[in-house]
Amino acid sequence: MTSSPVMSYEDRLAGFDWSIAERELSYREGDRINIGWYCTDRICAQGRAGVPALLWEDFSGAERTYTFDDLRVLSNTIADYLRGLGLAPGERICLFMDRVPELYIGFLGILKMGGVAQPLFSAFGPESLHTRLANAGTAAILTQKKHVGKVRKILDQLPDLRHIIVVDAGQGPLQAREVPLALDALPRVESFDAYPSTAETPSVLHYTSGTTGQPKGAQHVHYSLISQYLTAKWALDLRPGDVYWCNADPGWVTGTSYGIIGPWANGVTQVVLDSGFNAERWYRFIEKYRVTVWYSAPTAIRLLMREGAELAHRSDLSSLRHLCSVGEPLNAEAVIWSQQTFGLPFHDTFWQTETGCIVITNFPGMPVRPGSMGRPFPGITATVVDPKTFEPYADFGRVGLIALKPGWPSMMRSYWNNPTAYESKFRNGWYLCGDRSSIDQEGYFWFVGRDDDVINTGGHLVGPFEIESALLEHPAVAESAAVSKPDAINMEVVKAFVTLKTGFAPSPDLELEIMNTIRRRLSPLAMPQEIEFVASLPKTRSGKIVRRVLRAQEWGEPVGDISTLMEE
Amino acid sequence: MDEVQRVIRDYVVKEYLEEGDDREITETTPLISGGIVDSFSMVSLKRFIERKYDIQIPDADASTAAFDNLASISALVERFRKPRA
Repeated sequence: MTSSPVMSYEDRLAGFDWSIAERELSYREGDRINIGWYCTDRICAQGRAGVPALLWEDFSGAERTYTFDDLRVLSNTIADYLRGLGLAPGERICLFMDRVPELYIGFLGILKMGGVAQPLFSAFGPESLHTRLANAGTAAILTQKKHVGKVRKILDQLPDLRHIIVVDAGQGPLQAREVPLALDALPRVESFDAYPSTAETPSVLHYTSGTTGQPKGAQHVHYSLISQYLTAKWALDLRPGDVYWCNADPGWVTGTSYGIIGPWANGVTQVVLDSGFNAERWYRFIEKYRVTVWYSAPTAIRLLMREGAELAHRSDLSSLRHLCSVGEPLNAEAVIWSQQTFGLPFHDTFWQTETGCIVITNFPGMPVRPGSMGRPFPGITATVVDPKTFEPYADFGRVGLIALKPGWPSMMRSYWNNPTAYESKFRNGWYLCGDRSSIDQEGYFWFVGRDDDVINTGGHLVGPFEIESALLEHPAVAESAAVSKPDAINMEVVKAFVTLKTGFAPSPDLELEIMNTIRRRLSPLAMPQEIEFVASLPKTRSGKIVRRVLRAQEWGEPVGDISTLMEE
Repeated sequence: MDEVQRVIRDYVVKEYLEEGDDREITETTPLISGGIVDSFSMVSLKRFIERKYDIQIPDADASTAAFDNLASISALVERFRKPRA
């Protein structure tokens, strides 16, 4: 690993232009640019074919190792297989798997054959899966035996879905539209002509939740590589020789931008632990693989804090050099704890599915202000605007909406099939993130909260509409409202307020039954951690349920203007 | 496998394993770290156990480690069924 000192934030800012990344990647405007090729073939062509790209381990301790040459050949193999099935460039191909190697290699294979990779969190239930596959008109899905049952349940409602590709089918029976993909058994494809994508060719489709309506698919393009490469290098401080661990699941944008594209475009070795949370196991994992850069999340850090520093000190964590965090605001206590426990602070990074890359960060080499989101990444124009006029505030310390000047390489290009929702994200020439913040005199951003009803639980955004729609399908539920409530570990969790139909009475058993219904249909993230049965819900005179009253009640905040509410 | 473990095993199989997932759940099968029950779903498992055995498990004791297998969950249940003197 190189030991060159980190350039200061000010030095990075001076004369910054995204062409820095273009030059480093030998890309010129109008050239072909295929992320799958850049993450594999290019690294091999640089003489790093034998460098480990992926060191993988699962909960049982099983291990697999892949070099960059393995990634190159196996992603060729998957690309060739997909093409052989008749899948065409531009078609959406979903990845619906745990963190198995086929997920990472499959992502690159899809991009190489020109498909649009659509990763989805494998804990999604059939209803969440259906919403996203139907909206995208997905043509194929790569999945595992353990998850194929969820696909079978909704298959009749997905006429566009031609292929269900099972990566671990073995000799097991397959049903209609299902085909096996045994990667180890397929002939290795040494040479594959990657699809000649250019800058604006669609690459990845990530679904994200909003306040209203169903989740929206943020569509990215191959040119996003420019931002993802450089932010991984500068904000995550990835260098050749690093061993990098990103805790995020590739079902979410962090897991692709910085769990696949960023590190591998930089030729950095990644480690993946396909396992649920266990603090001791995590520390042993860092020790075993000599992890140098760790990208985690506040919820995980708070879980580690709960287990205590002593547990951390039982493992040799001296390999760690740089720590970052993403997904939700990183509280000051967590930064201070990590400094005391690991001798290093976690650096908060702020970004979203729509931004594709880190946009505000505590930059390496810049003093960390615990509790602050940091400062804008070079090349990102970020400010805080007045929520009514959408003009930037001229003075410091005022709370407004975080706004970004559009135009950086990895910004989403649209919401899939939803131009109206896309356009609604822009005001007065600014892209609005939907978060509130202030800026101090030194330009550090300080997160305040969301500007809408979206629930950020454990770093994942959950839309209330999707939960409420599923709640209403329960036979006992007459009306419902889903809001966030504070949680010491996950920052926020889902709480549902429910009125019952005649003939049903509140009970703990009914609460548990409704919770499990939502968990199975949508996902564990969407499951209300508490259900409060109420006689009625606050509504406007036109009958619209007013979530903000319930949310304020949960957070102990002022309810605000309730003059338009319907009287009981 | 004791009675508590059997009851919880049956619940885990019914609620958290997908159809067609025929993994055997033993006393030591890792539930949380093995990805069968995630940390969000742990809340519903805890709620079930508290209802079933008429106990309250304080959040401080409901760690992911304590819920990681049937043996440790069973020990937790016994602990709160029989408060220490």
